[in-house]
Amino acid sequence: MNLLWLQAAGCGGCTMSLMCAEDPGLFDLLEGAGINLLWHPTLSEATGAAVRRLLEKIEAGDIALDILCIEGAIARGPKGTGRFNMLAGTDRSLLGWVQALAPKAAHVVAVGTCATYGGVTAAGGNPSDAVGVQFDGAEAGAALGASFRDPSGLPVINVSGCPVHPDWVTETLMLLADGTLAPADLDDYARPRFYADHLVHHACPKNEFYEYKASAEKLSDLGCMMENLGCIGTQAVGDCNIRPWNGTGSCTRAGYPCINCTAPEFEDPNHSFTETPKIAGIPVGLPTDMPKAWFMALASLSKAATPKRIGENAVSDRVEVPPTIRKPRR
Amino acid sequence: MTELIVGPFNRVEGDLEVKLTVADGRVAEARANSPLYRGFEVMMQGKDPRDALTITPRICGICSISQSAAAAFALADAAGATMAPMGAQVAALLHAAENTADHLTHFNMFFMPDFARAVYADRRWHDRVVDRFTAGQGSALRRSMEARAELFHIVGTLAGKWPHTLAIQPGGVTRTPTASERVRMRATLREFRRYLEAEVFGAALEDFVALETVDALMAWETGDAGLFLRIAEDLNLTDLGRGTGRYLSFGAYPTESGPTLARGVYDGGLAEVDTGRIAEDLSHAWMIGDTAHPDVGRTRPDEDMANPGYSWCKAPRYGGKPMETGALARQVVDGHPLARALIGGGVLARVAGRLLEIARLQGMMEHWVDTLDTKARFMDPVTLPREGRGVGLVEAARGALGHWIGIERGVISHYQIIAPTTWNFSPRDEAGIPGPLEAALVGAPVAAGEDTPVSVQHIVRSFDPCMVCTVH
Repeated sequence: MNLLWLQAAGCGGCTMSLMCAEDPGLFDLLEGAGINLLWHPTLSEATGAAVRRLLEKIEAGDIALDILCIEGAIARGPKGTGRFNMLAGTDRSLLGWVQALAPKAAHVVAVGTCATYGGVTAAGGNPSDAVGVQFDGAEAGAALGASFRDPSGLPVINVSGCPVHPDWVTETLMLLADGTLAPADLDDYARPRFYADHLVHHACPKNEFYEYKASAEKLSDLGCMMENLGCIGTQAVGDCNIRPWNGTGSCTRAGYPCINCTAPEFEDPNHSFTETPKIAGIPVGLPTDMPKAWFMALASLSKAATPKRIGENAVSDRVEVPPTIRKPRR
Repeated sequence: MTELIVGPFNRVEGDLEVKLTVADGRVAEARANSPLYRGFEVMMQGKDPRDALTITPRICGICSISQSAAAAFALADAAGATMAPMGAQVAALLHAAENTADHLTHFNMFFMPDFARAVYADRRWHDRVVDRFTAGQGSALRRSMEARAELFHIVGTLAGKWPHTLAIQPGGVTRTPTASERVRMRATLREFRRYLEAEVFGAALEDFVALETVDALMAWETGDAGLFLRIAEDLNLTDLGRGTGRYLSFGAYPTESGPTLARGVYDGGLAEVDTGRIAEDLSHAWMIGDTAHPDVGRTRPDEDMANPGYSWCKAPRYGGKPMETGALARQVVDGHPLARALIGGGVLARVAGRLLEIARLQGMMEHWVDTLDTKARFMDPVTLPREGRGVGLVEAARGALGHWIGIERGVISHYQIIAPTTWNFSPRDEAGIPGPLEAALVGAPVAAGEDTPVSVQHIVRSFDPCMVCTVH
């Protein structure tokens, strides 16, 4: 399958993350899946005129385009021209290129939260008038219309994340190459369900602290970061703690909060990323699918039941109190 | 005279357009256009100062930790605070891991594949380069990707993920490493050293660090470094894309004992950096406003993209002069004899400076892991002021990076960023003086019929530009 990768208004970090793919590495994985890179801004030899000729041929339909990957948001400014983000050497905007090439592609994949929903490129008043490929924040309809579907009936596949986990991209590409990704395999924001059916909370190493609402008071404390430090891992989709990053990592494992980077509009939470908003001292926001009354009741009960070990460790930067050792009964 | 427009320009981070005027088979004039505007400095206005730690790393996916560290140091400066010593050591280790990985990516993925091009098919080194460095396929590329991914396990352990970690804070780092993680990271670094010595250098790293003269450098035969030097000799990469010999480094990896690599300006001799002498000229940028110091400068894009503007990149100057920044600059300022011997050099000097730095960084990372005291505190409390100013100066892989922050009534009132490639790929200034890349391209040979001159590609990539940082 022929894959073309374009970078629009973003940081390039999703490609950088993708290059961290392991077992196997990226080149071996793509080769094994029968994916041929027509061009990638980071990985390919062709520069300048050779790329322009390639794009012309794809646009004319002379070269089959099986997968079009777009990384980065689509800048529509200034004044709707898209000229805040031109593809060098072509005198055409990325907005224009994406609109021209998407209808030629068998599948369109938006890689990262900028390409999917606008992401950080759309933060803070959105100076470049950036949107995702098919979503403007949480609303469908952006650089491509809400009704856009590829010939197989799939919308733009939104592999969100800031950055994406390398496996989210490689597994999406392998499913497409395998011909087994169907519309039902995507959630309402068109994210692949193989990672979006999980919450970041799942397998978070702070789960025991969460159970007792034993909360960290400041960054570097071991406790749960939901109550004070802005963590929304109980609401954020992603298998980040089931499938670690760069060996053994994840945001919450490293002691800083999940900021819900796989979601539309995560970039402007209307409060500091690392502080939980509260009303009358009660944190705003509930774990996904949790009824409020039950959550409040269970939280106050479990907080009262917090064992000493968990309470002390929660506000320490290392395990101060180890679990009690019990000898087997004889 | 003919005009050439080179773009899209890949194997640089982000996109770049270079306009060339060619006369008598040589580049007579070059203009570098950074064709992207996102407006990060504008976005920061009115936000909680702590949010700089989440937002600014996302300026760039390849210099993410550099941006993170610059923001953390700017906030610490505003608060009059310093990092807990061991926190600073972990921040240095994280930053060094990113910079090492970036140098590796540059050499293997961005720079060397150009020598596998068919245009060099008659060179005696070509077969070996094709085997090692063909884009997307070469054996060196594959191995370097594996080694890079494994090196980043250190970032996974200490900082959760790469890129875009939130682990580096004004008071230190968010996670206290354990004793077992320390020895695990040692094992990771031993593996990485094995890779560097087997593949990149073909000998002990210390032997490369001990090189003091250009002759000694050119006598290096082993590893991919040796292969590069044979190419450099054959194609005279010493003279291709020569620099002006003016270098800027903000100094790198500050720990309790000060910066590990020195801060300074080199312009015929070494001097201290006076940040008051930095100003950004907007005459040829699509930006509205006058030349200003980053404490007062603004970012107001010219939506009409009017002439004589030709880039979204501003033109930073130091005492009115353009400055080259990067690994070579850092090593020159730090006083390494080989780097000093390479002053004013072109493609060879920049790439050799990076190889030298890879070899030196390995030893630094090993030292920081060896001396990591897992019983110490890794973060001290820092209270940010409701009113204040701060500056964070660091070294990204590709050079000097500065954040200038102003805080009023508890929110960000001012944010200005000058990135390494803003220095290196700056457009002309009011006096018509071109930026370092534009100057280095003048005289580059262009063969008859070449529409995307390969010499221009070598020169551009020798700077390891990061265009997404440039325009932020």
